[in-house]
Amino acid sequence: MTPPEEVRAADGAASYLGMPGERPPRLGFFTDTSVCIGCKACEVACKEWNLVPSDAGPTGSNPTDLAGLRDMDLLGMSYDNTGALGSSTWRHVAFIETRTEESPAHPAGDVRWLMSSDVCKHCTHAACLDVCPTGALIRTEFDTVFVQPDVCNGCGYCVPACPYGVIDIRPGDGRAFKCTLCYDRTKDGLTPACAQACPTESIQFGPLDELRERADRRLAELQGNGVTEARLYGRDPDDGVGGDGAFFLLLDEPEVYGLPPDPVVTTRDLPQMWKRAALAAVGLTAAVVGSFLGGRSR
Amino acid sequence: MGVREFIELWPVVRQLRGSDPTARGDAARSAGSEHLRPRIAEADRVVRSICPYCAVGCGQRVFVKDEKVIQIEGDPDSPISLGKLCPKGAASQQYVSRPDRVTTVRYRRPGGTEWEELDLATAMEMIADRVLDTRRRTWQDTDENGQPLRRTMGIAHLGGATLDNEENYLIKKLYTALGAIQVENQARL
Amino acid sequence: MIQGSNFAECHPVGFQFVMEAKLRGAKVIHIDPRFTRTSALADLHVPIRAGSDIALLGGLINYVLSEGKEFREYVVSYTNASSLISEDYVDTEDLDGVFSGWDDKSHTYDPVSWAYQDSESDGDGQGDGDGGGGERSAHGGEHQRETAGGDKYGSGGASVAEKPRRDPTLQDPRCVFQILKRHYARYTAEFVEEVAGIPQDTFFELARAITENSGRDRTTNWSYAVGWTQHSVGVQYIRAASILQTLLGNIGRPGGGIMALRGHASIQGSTDIPTLFNLLPGYLPMPAGERGGSLEDYIEPDAGKAGFWGDMPNYMTSLLKAWFGDAATAENEYGFDWLPRLSGDHNNYATVLDMAEGKVPGYIVAGENPAVGSANGRLQRKALEKAEWLVVRDLSCIETATFWKDSPEIETGEVRTEDIATEVFYVPAASHVEKDGTFTNTQRLLQYRHKAVEPPDDARSDLWFFYHLGRIIKERLADSDDPRDAPIKALTWDYATEGPSAEPVASDVLKEINGYGPDGELLTAYTQLRGDGSTRCGCWIYCGVFADGVNQAARRKPAREQDWVAAEWGWAWPANRRQLYNRASADPDGKPWSERKALIWWDGEKWTGHDVPDFPPTTAPDYVPPPDARAGKALAGDDPFIMQTDGKAWLFAPAGLVDGPLPTHYEPAETPFHNLLHPQHTSNPAAKLYEGPGNRHHPVGSTVFPFVLTTYRLTEHHTGGGMSRFVPYLAELQPEAFCEVSPELARERGLTHLGWATVVTARSAIELKVLVTERMQPLRIEGRETHQIGVPWHFGHNGLAIGDSANDLLSVTLDPNVDIQESKVLTCDIRPGRRPHGAGLRTLVEDYQRRAGLA
Repeated sequence: MTPPEEVRAADGAASYLGMPGERPPRLGFFTDTSVCIGCKACEVACKEWNLVPSDAGPTGSNPTDLAGLRDMDLLGMSYDNTGALGSSTWRHVAFIETRTEESPAHPAGDVRWLMSSDVCKHCTHAACLDVCPTGALIRTEFDTVFVQPDVCNGCGYCVPACPYGVIDIRPGDGRAFKCTLCYDRTKDGLTPACAQACPTESIQFGPLDELRERADRRLAELQGNGVTEARLYGRDPDDGVGGDGAFFLLLDEPEVYGLPPDPVVTTRDLPQMWKRAALAAVGLTAAVVGSFLGGRSR
Repeated sequence: MGVREFIELWPVVRQLRGSDPTARGDAARSAGSEHLRPRIAEADRVVRSICPYCAVGCGQRVFVKDEKVIQIEGDPDSPISLGKLCPKGAASQQYVSRPDRVTTVRYRRPGGTEWEELDLATAMEMIADRVLDTRRRTWQDTDENGQPLRRTMGIAHLGGATLDNEENYLIKKLYTALGAIQVENQARL
Repeated sequence: MIQGSNFAECHPVGFQFVMEAKLRGAKVIHIDPRFTRTSALADLHVPIRAGSDIALLGGLINYVLSEGKEFREYVVSYTNASSLISEDYVDTEDLDGVFSGWDDKSHTYDPVSWAYQDSESDGDGQGDGDGGGGERSAHGGEHQRETAGGDKYGSGGASVAEKPRRDPTLQDPRCVFQILKRHYARYTAEFVEEVAGIPQDTFFELARAITENSGRDRTTNWSYAVGWTQHSVGVQYIRAASILQTLLGNIGRPGGGIMALRGHASIQGSTDIPTLFNLLPGYLPMPAGERGGSLEDYIEPDAGKAGFWGDMPNYMTSLLKAWFGDAATAENEYGFDWLPRLSGDHNNYATVLDMAEGKVPGYIVAGENPAVGSANGRLQRKALEKAEWLVVRDLSCIETATFWKDSPEIETGEVRTEDIATEVFYVPAASHVEKDGTFTNTQRLLQYRHKAVEPPDDARSDLWFFYHLGRIIKERLADSDDPRDAPIKALTWDYATEGPSAEPVASDVLKEINGYGPDGELLTAYTQLRGDGSTRCGCWIYCGVFADGVNQAARRKPAREQDWVAAEWGWAWPANRRQLYNRASADPDGKPWSERKALIWWDGEKWTGHDVPDFPPTTAPDYVPPPDARAGKALAGDDPFIMQTDGKAWLFAPAGLVDGPLPTHYEPAETPFHNLLHPQHTSNPAAKLYEGPGNRHHPVGSTVFPFVLTTYRLTEHHTGGGMSRFVPYLAELQPEAFCEVSPELARERGLTHLGWATVVTARSAIELKVLVTERMQPLRIEGRETHQIGVPWHFGHNGLAIGDSANDLLSVTLDPNVDIQESKVLTCDIRPGRRPHGAGLRTLVEDYQRRAGLA
């Protein structure tokens, strides 16, 4: 019988926790899709840990929670029967069947099967957080974006605000849910469930600075090996969302994976608006509150 | 809550006031968030196990609280799995704890159209009756040439590839002593 | 090289090391009929027609031999390449597809002509006179086939002449090397292209990749799984890979080997401690035939033979002592006489055929789901209907437990629930976290699990079930005078119990498996076992799992605190050795072939290195055994293959196989094509077909069943679904049964993506959703476009993820050596739309049977 304390010490993930009062570094995910085997361990480990409901039946940990969103039919999207990120899917593995360029050796091109585990991007400039009127969405000490379930009242503003279509309202529950980057685990120095399970370390977790360095090295290595189509997605702090806390190495255009090619924080112009119209703030507030109240009564 | 107080809480407002430009706002943190802990931190004990699915043999750590399994995850100490699990291994907590697991004996009598309930001890006695009766009826002492057989061809067994070595050992030992030889498992399938 | 395995999908966590090797520069090639998740991550995927692997492997063997690419020094020193084979041996190449010894009436071989020329006899290979050869008396004749082939010989394989005549120059036309060359001469790149559908450029790319990556400094690994074993020629698939890897010097060396990726948590353990009809623990054969007389008769074929199998009498006596305790004495031959005798093929399929005829009243199924998971599901369920009583032990009410109310045969109206007389007991089982015990994984590693919680309600471990069943039976028979009850009364069954449900103490059982010495002390190594009744051991190869009184299987020294061998995590049989035959990792003088590939070596006094040496520890490389040496002492210093009587790897198998000494290309039992090599014998002539009304096979080249079908697993599910289809998080990932077809086939047959299709064989018809995918590619075989259809076999109608069962399509067709069914290849028809529900289903199948001439 091992006490839990020992387990945490053995985990070795606590190094970033630092001294009390000190800001820990920003944490994130680097998902290297070039080594993803599409096993979906991330989807399951995420659901197991976070007690996320299943489409298929009672889960045991959360017996009253049944997502019940759809029939249990094949989606026909290759081996993907999950479909998309949503309130009860915080990791989603996309399967893309394509062909490589035709070449003299392969006149019809070669079959290619791309797999990629998608997740909330934990944007630097997070529109969901910007628009949240209740303070349910916060930025944690790890610079991750977290929905506080004990605050969220299900207004749904965050849903259209997300440039990636990640966050969503859970039917039957009414509140918004998305990846928490396992805030409970990271608080205790543990690796998030998906990264912990990932067999091939396609999902890597750690301080974002380190992940970016690692990703740059991996990209250079792949390109050096002639994988010229390899690229990083969400790594650039100067992009439309200020860079993602969860970023990716892709082997094709982002659109191929169902990712927006040039995501922009939907509230980008909001700060300037505020500065310009500081005196008119009351009017704006009234408008927003009006719509908030309307939202709640829906 | 008045409109003004409500606005005060709005993260955008706090951000714009300049003290918390990216809303790493500790002030917005709820009590739930403040006290959030991983549930395995509350575990009474952690038990070392091995995944029951394929034959790779990944290490598992089983977290127990109040005599219930609250989480199963990969064992980072294992040189075989280094803490990883596949989707099946990752689902094994649900496999053992799901509410629709059938955990009581069910009995179907000959020609019966529904399951019936049956006490475990009674079931064990009834199964022993049938093993002994079938063995008695189907016993073969010798073949047609008088060569010894000392067996029954009336009792067959299938299973073992997800069973423990200790279990398989008792299975083979008991059947062999009973003279039952049609003992097989998935290793052929 | 990954062939016959979907490594990434079926062993994802093991695949991390393949990915790591790839990151370090290894080239990964996947040869498979389908483009799978493994193919997606490989450097090269080579599509192959299901059932043609020996054609490809034979082609590679031919390339190695004709280009002189073999690892000559390894081959000469460590294999039987130089051994001379009987003058009576005639190859398939000269007998149009059969080897010498074939009997067309009984469909069996007499293997006597495959024997070595004995160095001590006149060289004709018969060798009956000196006890060294003696295949005929020991193993020959029809009996060999009927009692299940290779396993009959135990882990040593068949005994042969210990000192065959040899020609180290490998020039003698009767030497194995030359026979091999002739046998594979027609397996050219053109032949491979015609038969397997692999373009010649690709073939040469493969051939270059493996030969350039083998030798002193480099090794190549071949990983396989049931994509090779589940064929009517399955054992010969493995043999073909063994021959190729041995020629390249890739056996017994780090990074080499042919690696069996097994699919169940303790499937290795369940063969080591077998729940298999023809074996006793530790691969000791069950008594049968000539081995069925006295204990003397039983051990005679092996006792004292060179190699460690020569000590087999010690292992057997110790097993009998473990089982019968003080009642086992020298006078009663340690109770040998109490063991039941085999008289034929008692494999599960044969039993199920008997059961379907009402001959087997009782059936206990523990952790399997034959109604979904076994070939010819309809026949399986027919057998269940005819059993008098059935016990099912599982965690869910699987299809095998509920067949009487919801089987497909109830739906078609073939049977009515009220008319099924089977009495059914569902007795719930404990899960892996609710009991202590060991699993043996795919690399022979025993790992102990500790119980985390008590099982709920009536759920109990199988240890509990069988212990208490045995206890009740022993109590009932305590006063019996019937001689047949004597073994039950003598059976040692006094295990300690613990806890609220009186659970037997698993480690007590493991200690009995490990074995005790004369003074009741736990043994440390199987070399301590004796044949005089002074030692007890439940499974000799597991002796040492309690070495030094410590449960070695429960050792968990963290990986980061150990070297790459990680010898202090769990315990591998035998003797905690992580790589078998590792003597071959050093050259004949005992030095590593290269520093890069060093594993063990001779330090002047003993063998040492990273792993536990798989060799007598102080036998010097230049040791030559004296003529009277026995067992381990009869091994020379350069005999790495210590379980073989001649100490050498067998390129040619002079005994031990029932379907030939060399792998030969045979078509599957069901195939669109005749055999290009030898048209007189299209399929393995020795395969077991069990032809009968419920088990019809399709004619070769049938136009009624024109397509090739292969079955497989998905990452998201497990075997017959009992452990996955009932689990919501897994069920939602692959929610229903489907088939995969190419766009070309979809066009040809009018199939639409996500529409329904009905797949038909002479056994049944099932309906599946259609996935049209370019990952399925038509191949050009013998000039014809050939379509393959893929069907996962997990599904049934209970649980959360449901659909028709692929196994309903299969016939029972078995490899003759090991009785494994041919589920990786069959022929079928496919048509758009759903199948008839109700009586129309049988009408459809019978119509197909009639059109194929099978009615």
